[in-house]
Amino acid sequence: MEPANEYLLELDGITKAFPGVLANDDVSFRVGHGEIHALLGENGAGKSTLVKMIYGVLRPDSGVMHLHGETYAPANPAEARAHGIGMVFQHFSLFEALTVSENIELGINPELAKGDLRSRIVEVSTYYGLTLDPDRLIGDLSVGQRQRVEIVRCLLQNPRLIIMDEPTSVLTPQEVDVLFATLRKLGEEGCSILYISHKLEEIRALCHRATILRGGRVVATCTPAEETAKSLAELMIGQVVTPAKREGSHAGDVRFRMKNVTLPSTHPFGVDLENVTLDLRGGEIVGIAGVAGNGQEELMEVLIGERTVSPPDAIELDGEAIGARWPDQRRILGMCCVPEERHGHAAIPGMSLVENAVLSARVRKSFVRHGFISLSGAETYSKDVVKTFDVRTAGVDHPAGSLSGGNLQKFIMGREIMQAPTVLVAAQPTWGVDAGAAAAIHNALVELAKGGAAILIISQDLDELLAISDRIAVIANGRLTQPRDVAEVTVESIGTSMGGQSGQEPVHA
Amino acid sequence: MLRIEARKEPSVVMLYATPSIALVLTIISGFLLFAALGKDPAKATYLIFVDPLTSVYSLSELMVKATPLILIATGLALGFRAGVWNIGAEGQFTVGALTGGATALALYQVEGFWVLPLICLAGALGGMAWAAIPAFLRTRFNTNEILVSLMLVYVAILLLSVLVHGLLRDPDGQNFPESRLFHDAALMPILIEGTRAHIGFLVAIAAVIIAALVLRSHILGFQIKVVGLAPRAARYAGFSDSHIVWICFMISGGLAGLAGVFEATGPVGQLVPALPVGYGFTAIIVAFLGRLHPFGILLGGLLLASTYIGGEAAQISMSLPASTTRVFQGLLLFFLLATDIFVGYRIRWLAPKASTAVPAPKPAGE
Repeated sequence: MEPANEYLLELDGITKAFPGVLANDDVSFRVGHGEIHALLGENGAGKSTLVKMIYGVLRPDSGVMHLHGETYAPANPAEARAHGIGMVFQHFSLFEALTVSENIELGINPELAKGDLRSRIVEVSTYYGLTLDPDRLIGDLSVGQRQRVEIVRCLLQNPRLIIMDEPTSVLTPQEVDVLFATLRKLGEEGCSILYISHKLEEIRALCHRATILRGGRVVATCTPAEETAKSLAELMIGQVVTPAKREGSHAGDVRFRMKNVTLPSTHPFGVDLENVTLDLRGGEIVGIAGVAGNGQEELMEVLIGERTVSPPDAIELDGEAIGARWPDQRRILGMCCVPEERHGHAAIPGMSLVENAVLSARVRKSFVRHGFISLSGAETYSKDVVKTFDVRTAGVDHPAGSLSGGNLQKFIMGREIMQAPTVLVAAQPTWGVDAGAAAAIHNALVELAKGGAAILIISQDLDELLAISDRIAVIANGRLTQPRDVAEVTVESIGTSMGGQSGQEPVHA
Repeated sequence: MLRIEARKEPSVVMLYATPSIALVLTIISGFLLFAALGKDPAKATYLIFVDPLTSVYSLSELMVKATPLILIATGLALGFRAGVWNIGAEGQFTVGALTGGATALALYQVEGFWVLPLICLAGALGGMAWAAIPAFLRTRFNTNEILVSLMLVYVAILLLSVLVHGLLRDPDGQNFPESRLFHDAALMPILIEGTRAHIGFLVAIAAVIIAALVLRSHILGFQIKVVGLAPRAARYAGFSDSHIVWICFMISGGLAGLAGVFEATGPVGQLVPALPVGYGFTAIIVAFLGRLHPFGILLGGLLLASTYIGGEAAQISMSLPASTTRVFQGLLLFFLLATDIFVGYRIRWLAPKASTAVPAPKPAGE
């Protein structure tokens, strides 16, 4: 069939402003039939805003879109889907307590849900190599398999364009290979794919063309295969970045020790921790890799002290048993933590930065005397954090929720690092921050380690872990492997561990 | 096209303006309601909202009614901020009156400056004990404190009734279901000679000031706010959830019990089955009307007290139904909750076509 138009989707001069930010500024690009087109840019470059407009979640302030040569202005996602556009979001919208086929039935056009949906799910998923059992509960599936459910749901609607938002961030390297094979097959069949990512090697391996966004503007359109990762990075970031360098390990004595911690999860679909054992030595940075939802949250709860363990000496800090200690007591002893979820866990969006400083820094920084809070002390400290970590905010009296994700992240990391902890645990320490700020945070962590602190980084970003860790462990299904020297590990070996036993087939729940 | 969109930060102006807007809407609705009933709406509105402020006597009555409302609402507001929903203040009020009143009867004709403080202490402890039941069940078995505390209200009212019909009945009272009149040493000192206004009002003011101070700069107030806004962040900070549940129930139960014993040893002067008249429930409205802030509660308590007095006046002089007061209180809470959306959201009038605040697109070129 000869397409009526050379391009499937054309964007011309798309502009979208939010209060205080121009998210997209005069963005134009074209996606051909069967083309795998990358949208490349850092966090905050405007990629998500752009695809939300294509998918009908947002509407552009100005500019026009054409689909098949016809004007295209979807009022809502249902209209976008009716035009043959599907989207797989970074955060899935699935009900854990329902089965795969029930979830798919709920999420698609009622017309399509008629007839034998179950067998069509099996048919489509097998054809594209994304095997799924339609009768399993979502809660029992790994994150990678949940993504398959979302993709199959998309495919059942016979899309002409699929938008994928950072799809590989939840996958093991092996699962990534399977996904890429599927996407290539779709491309050969004439289905176009708009692939959002900031991972350069992936884009070079997969995509036919790339549109690079920086600060809401298109800075280049190129053929990724003809570029190097370095040249793409420079286009994306606009400057040459030098990653934090680790100069040899200088590990000292063991500061933190966790012995055979086994703890059932409190959530119905949570992950139980099984026999987690870990030593951290002063002066070293240890990384924990793993696909999201493999026990990282549960491990963090135990490390913070939100859940205590017995016997108390199952966790030791500088030789002292802290398994039964509360978060405050652990902080006094020198242990600080940054949980992954910023809003409502590491920080309270409705409270000011000053109050958020009181939240976790009050004991080490003595903000409380005789039960009364010294707001001036907390204010000085917050201002210090804002200055040192270059947090962009209208003032420390403004609520944390008014900061952008990356700036709040800088504040939270700064708040913990500037307490000079002896053991620091951070989940996704550079989540959402730009390359320059990420380098600053990495440098601060390296400096902290140089001063003799033990640092544990829990991250899904393998590149980050490989760049700053001395040793790397992998968490899969609530089990933690023994950390290995970073020089000895390869992406493949970590990927295999990340899959654990649940890589292709999940263990029973 | 009307569109409701989230504000980047909650509007401070709206935070203070919405109680007034709700009050105006309530008055307008009441106006229409009275007109529909065939009563003179202007006169009814005047009687309910203005008349109570025109004489020393009615002002003193305002203090009498506002005292329990302010005391109870101040305690409840602390809990509501932490997401601890004590709906049973009426029961804690009743039990406080009962334990305090029983103490007064036990010390009948005993003189001494310590008699009244002891009675008040007994009342506060009674309220706390009653509040301990939902607190224990919530922290131990994760039961819903709304249901438990609410149901205990009816238990408390029946308990009071049983005791004044039996154990605490006045031996010289010809079998009327009421206790002896308390002796003078067991009565609240009067604030303004010739009226029923008593020093409990000053205690209520003191409670407001202390609560405001705690919320502003004490670590307990901070814990309450954090637990209410973000329970996970509270655990991260090291605040114990059950600790806060207990503290909130003890404060709100204690203050409700205190309000109960003030009522018994103040304007009533004895234990009667009709002692609980709904202050514990009205205080919930007061707490929200005052934006869960102690100073707001002070104003809200005075306003709601005026609807009690005005409602009674309108009942007598215009033969309006007794439920008039309740209708007004209900309307007020309804409009308050309805206008609350403007604190976090704003309504924007959008032209049919999306506005173009940014430069028009340049011609596309490749």
